[in-house]
Amino acid sequence: MKHIAIIGNGIAGITAARHIRKLSDYKITVISAESEYFFSRTALMYVYMGHMKFEHTQPYENWFWEKNNIQLKHGFVKEVNTENKRLLFEDGSDLTYDDLIIASGSKPNKFGWPGENLKGVQGLYSKQDLELLEENAPNNEVCKRAVIVGGGLIGIELAEMLRTRNIPVTMLVRDRYFWGSVLPEGEAKLIGNHIKDHHIELKLNTQLKEIVSDENGRASAIITSEGEKIECNLVGLTAGVRPSIDFLNDSGIELGKGVKVNKYLETNIPNVYAIGDCAEQLEPTGFRKPVEAVWYTGRMMGEAVAQTICGNKMAYRPGVWFNSAKFLDIEYQTYGWVWAKPQDYEQQFYWEHPDGKKCIRISFHKENHAILGINTFGIRLSHEKFDKWISEEKSVEFVIENLHKAHFDPEFYKKHYSAIKKSFDNQFQLAN
Amino acid sequence: MNTTVQRNMSLSGEPPAALSAIQKFSVVLGMFGLGVLLLAMFNIDFPNKTTWLAISLSAITLGVVIFSYGAYANKSAGIKNDGVYQKSISSRGLLGWLLGIALTGFYVVLYFYPQYLGLRNEGDNVGVIALFDPLSKFLSGNPASQWFVYGTLYTIAILAFGIKFLWKYRHNRYEVLRTLSVMFFQASFAFIIPEVMARLNNSEAYNIPYYDLKNIWPLNYYNFEQYRVDGFISSGNLGIFLLLFGIVSILVITPILTYFYGKRWYCSWVCGCGGLAETSGDAFRQLSDKSLFAWRVERWVVHSVLVFSVLMTTAVIHSYLSYDADKYLLNKDTFLISVAVFLGLLFAVIWYFKKEEFKKDARYGAIGYLAITLGLIGIHYMSGSSVFIFNPETLRSTYAFLIGSIFSGVIGTGFYPIFGNRVWCRFGCPMAAILGLQQRLFSKFRITTNGGQCISCGNCSTYCEMGIDVRAYAQKGENIIRASCVGCGICSAVCPRGVLKLENGSTKGRINSEAVLLGNDVDLLNLIQENKASHKG
Repeated sequence: MKHIAIIGNGIAGITAARHIRKLSDYKITVISAESEYFFSRTALMYVYMGHMKFEHTQPYENWFWEKNNIQLKHGFVKEVNTENKRLLFEDGSDLTYDDLIIASGSKPNKFGWPGENLKGVQGLYSKQDLELLEENAPNNEVCKRAVIVGGGLIGIELAEMLRTRNIPVTMLVRDRYFWGSVLPEGEAKLIGNHIKDHHIELKLNTQLKEIVSDENGRASAIITSEGEKIECNLVGLTAGVRPSIDFLNDSGIELGKGVKVNKYLETNIPNVYAIGDCAEQLEPTGFRKPVEAVWYTGRMMGEAVAQTICGNKMAYRPGVWFNSAKFLDIEYQTYGWVWAKPQDYEQQFYWEHPDGKKCIRISFHKENHAILGINTFGIRLSHEKFDKWISEEKSVEFVIENLHKAHFDPEFYKKHYSAIKKSFDNQFQLAN
Repeated sequence: MNTTVQRNMSLSGEPPAALSAIQKFSVVLGMFGLGVLLLAMFNIDFPNKTTWLAISLSAITLGVVIFSYGAYANKSAGIKNDGVYQKSISSRGLLGWLLGIALTGFYVVLYFYPQYLGLRNEGDNVGVIALFDPLSKFLSGNPASQWFVYGTLYTIAILAFGIKFLWKYRHNRYEVLRTLSVMFFQASFAFIIPEVMARLNNSEAYNIPYYDLKNIWPLNYYNFEQYRVDGFISSGNLGIFLLLFGIVSILVITPILTYFYGKRWYCSWVCGCGGLAETSGDAFRQLSDKSLFAWRVERWVVHSVLVFSVLMTTAVIHSYLSYDADKYLLNKDTFLISVAVFLGLLFAVIWYFKKEEFKKDARYGAIGYLAITLGLIGIHYMSGSSVFIFNPETLRSTYAFLIGSIFSGVIGTGFYPIFGNRVWCRFGCPMAAILGLQQRLFSKFRITTNGGQCISCGNCSTYCEMGIDVRAYAQKGENIIRASCVGCGICSAVCPRGVLKLENGSTKGRINSEAVLLGNDVDLLNLIQENKASHKG
């Protein structure tokens, strides 16, 4: 019977395993050095904050794997021998496979900053990072101040986490606005204000120059690009992630930034596939980046590769882009593409609630008014509706008119659709 | 994957911050209020009972309110679960156990040893019950009983912790309205109205039993006992109205409201047990057991209690009915036959329309329960005068002891800090079982999931007080349609990605177990959907 080995038990690897199990009775082994069982990486923050225990981040009860005949192997793959189809583990053991799926995920970016390997300097990606954070920042006596480098989704999560233990936080953000590479100015400012409301110091237009060590090799301060020295006991490196693929260096599998794959998620070596954060698409779909380090895309690649492996060759062809996050108390959802700097064919409509905690931005085509995407903050909108409207290229007027049909806020919440419509009509003078 | 060596250290961190000065003050204030009650219990005779009772109850209320102010007032509106699993009280730590033991002890004394609270059958009450005499006399004109003391404290708990909940969830209008609703129904229907209604009994024309109007049979398992029915019948039109209201509540009002809104209209908007669980019990909602095993136990236990309560009530009513048409409209035989016909019809209708929705164990269970019930009724009917197989009084007192006292009180509330705040509602409440069947089979209510947005984080499951593994559905894109869901809305509130929405909508497509997560292109989604459907089938 065919043996499928999957390196990595994150959402990509586990989705692949589950779908292969549904489609076949192949032998499946999922390998992880990180954790015994699958857990939700996005939920690690809630463990530190005390909302959950680690076991709550595990979406399946422990009996699930045996019941579904999915073998779990706890170990670190040191080497992949694609000729003999053999995996070599750090502890000396090995495993042979027929098909190999690489789903080894990411690791935090480091850009060669002086002092980036000091004690007290860390990213936030893995379970081990969380354990390290408990050591580095258990409370505000051990950690008198934290500096977070990078204003993105993980950076704001780390800031929120540390604030629950009353640790003062300074964030260094390279862009003019918070997450300015993705968010247009309106949304970025709104989130920036919300961050300040939570007593997090936000230093915009600022980069990390170096991390200063104390006599024990621990970070004691950082120096910014402006030359300012900030004393701190924790430096959080959250300037993005990159594929974690060092163990593949001598495998013969073609690597770039990540593991290079075609649209069938196949690598250059037959029977070896790569999915999730670590995969680098040779032909990315639409505006998507070659490496997509997002929960949802990992899941979707897992669904696609399972079909291929089970004999129904299927390309990874993601639909309308979507993503979501939560910035402290403000939820964010996005569907389609809204560019931080509008493309030349793109026009944008922005509405912000007077309370400064809710806003939406709809992007549409200048010529035919077809909707291209939406950012929504503090208002929940239906994924299904926007998936449909964007792929059917509905006009912005249609979307504004029908926005209430995409309502997904809880019952009795105040609805803002008529205010939004009014604002749209005013901005574009389309009122009849 | 990270190559860092595995560290064998606990992941449970330190609690965020110690109590603020204002919270410390509020704890002292609240404890002082409780201390007064405790002293009264040990027969310290307070000189001016009205004043001391007012001081005590105000101190308790203010203590809770000021504590909540310290906890939430200066924080921005949003989810406030920081440190829940790092605090002793809310994570089965020492404080949690101590509180559990104290509450359990209180219930044991309340149900079985009210004399230690100062209840006296002859002469004036003493102790803590005597302390409540002035308030009781003011409301109903009668001296207090242990139930009056309990009712007052219960109402204060819902009101004070209701304010705490309102503060905590002030950004969420569903939670705000729901909480105002349980506070209103407790204060008026459960507390003030019945007390004031008792004043009517001063007149010869009235003999109305104590009646919390929102407390519906079978939760209110004693509602049709002889002393109550006789009381209703002998109290003129008002009494008849109340008796009919009790019957209409379960047979007409309940099915209609549950059809439109799900069982939440009762369990988390009206019910007193639910009210206490949602307010005082809110800090313990995360302690419910989410395992598949617990769900299996829940289904058998709660439905067994329902069958028990139906049998017990049938036996009790049958025991006091006679063949004398003057006294009761129904005689023994017509009553038994009506019950059997009603249950048989109900079963037939459900079986005919909804058989496909039952899993194997549910089918066996349903048939088994019906057979037992009809069998017992049949045996009795055939054998003539022997009273059921069991003595109805034995049935009644066993039910009152096991279900009414031990399950709903001692375990249900006393164990809040250990098993979570809805143990009674989930495993024991026969009313919840009826509403749950309706919700599962005949209702417009469901929780929908938002496309492919779930990140499997587990906040929804963790904070589900009914122990529903909400995430298991959300991460498959399926609607959540569970008999036990009380519609508290917290899963939707704590979801960081806006995935869950409580809704009443068309019954068509309400159960969508073939649903898939949005994201991939349509062909692949259709394939996955087909595959899923064939597996279910």
